[in-house]
Amino acid sequence: MVDFGFGLVPSSRINLDLFDKERYEELASMEPDVRKCMSCGSCTAVCTAGKYSATSLREAIECIHNGQPDKALGMLKSCQFCGKCTMVCPRGINTRHLILSINKTYGEL
Amino acid sequence: MKNNVLIVGGGPAGLEASSQLQRLGYNVILIERSTALGGHLAKWDRLFPSGVSARETLKSLMGHIEGVKYFTDTEVQSINRLEKSYNVILSNGITVLADAVLMTTGFDLFKASRKEEYGYGIYNRVITNADLEAYFRNGSDPRIDNPKRIGFVHCVGSRDEKAGCRSCSKVCCATAVKQAMEMKQAFPDADVFCFYMDLRLFGRHYEDMYLSAQRDYGIRFIRGRVAEVAENADGSLQVKAEDTVASKPLKASLDLLVLMAGMRPSVSGRRVGDLLEMPVEEDGYFSVKEGIVSGQKSPHPGIFLAGAATGPKTLPDTLADARAAAVMIDQYLSDVFPEAKHYKNLVRELW
Repeated sequence: MVDFGFGLVPSSRINLDLFDKERYEELASMEPDVRKCMSCGSCTAVCTAGKYSATSLREAIECIHNGQPDKALGMLKSCQFCGKCTMVCPRGINTRHLILSINKTYGEL
Repeated sequence: MKNNVLIVGGGPAGLEASSQLQRLGYNVILIERSTALGGHLAKWDRLFPSGVSARETLKSLMGHIEGVKYFTDTEVQSINRLEKSYNVILSNGITVLADAVLMTTGFDLFKASRKEEYGYGIYNRVITNADLEAYFRNGSDPRIDNPKRIGFVHCVGSRDEKAGCRSCSKVCCATAVKQAMEMKQAFPDADVFCFYMDLRLFGRHYEDMYLSAQRDYGIRFIRGRVAEVAENADGSLQVKAEDTVASKPLKASLDLLVLMAGMRPSVSGRRVGDLLEMPVEEDGYFSVKEGIVSGQKSPHPGIFLAGAATGPKTLPDTLADARAAAVMIDQYLSDVFPEAKHYKNLVRELW
């Protein structure tokens, strides 16, 4: 096939049909509080790593729901586990532990 | 001489006000346009936030209207202001000399088929909140066939200027969360998505209900208004929205889509209002006399308002409004007819 030097840009659209329910349930059984996130963004606002690189637990949880777990892992790779997000979460989620569980569940992708 | 009070509309507001005024000793005449009392409550199955039975709730309201004269299948035919009272001719031929009139004319549900892009009445698996309540009450609906993926669309006919409905209907967010949980109870394997613009459910117990929907039922809340719906060859639906938290367009295939039709001013209530030349505000609901401090008085002397006639209200809001209206009517009649004697009807009721 002739290479014209350009390809199709991968769609940036979220496809909810790609959501991996089985793996999410695995995460939720380990970390039931993941269901409690209401996307307030407090964790992202206080994140120390977030000052230097794109780091957001809120967005990572969104990405998992939206069938983009690899993107979610990228959102958490700079996390230093300082725990500031745990202190500010209004729903009392152990966010630090949740990040570890996300890495564990989706890490081998 | 006892004062007559005419109450127009036999929904929860009309029933509660009837019961209160009857107990204060007034001669209450309640009229209802349809064949049965109860209004929208009679069509609902369970009520937020705790899921109590609508049937039982209505039964308890009806249990308190002993002594109230009520007429169903009856409308106001004409109404004229006399010196102190209103001369009202009803469609059943009866004439009432009403010393006070309470308008509890309620609301109509928004006609979901007007939002054509959602396909209600076009696609088989698009239903409304009212259809879903009917399903919960009767246990069958051919459109609901063991759905695996269910979507709820908030704000259908609410916060939508293009559809001529700018206001928020107040109850749909809480209803959507309640119905989403009920669908998970009925179909535990289903994935349930709620598409909202803002979640406007506030008040006692509502946050607990929202938390429970997320934590205990795993319901997914997506911020973004559903923009269009299309039907696949197999009858399933393709839904497009933007996830405005992720700032990304989104699509999903669903087996069932539930439209949360909002509240609109009652057309038949407006008809009676027009006979009295009662002013309405831009949103179509009746104006009150002096804004927020006189919530149950209309600008016309002796005409009072309660419930959704003055804008969207929850059931507890409506009942509180009806009780307040009863007190306002009692005050008004005592001032205007000081010679009238009313003796409270004592009802011994265990606490």
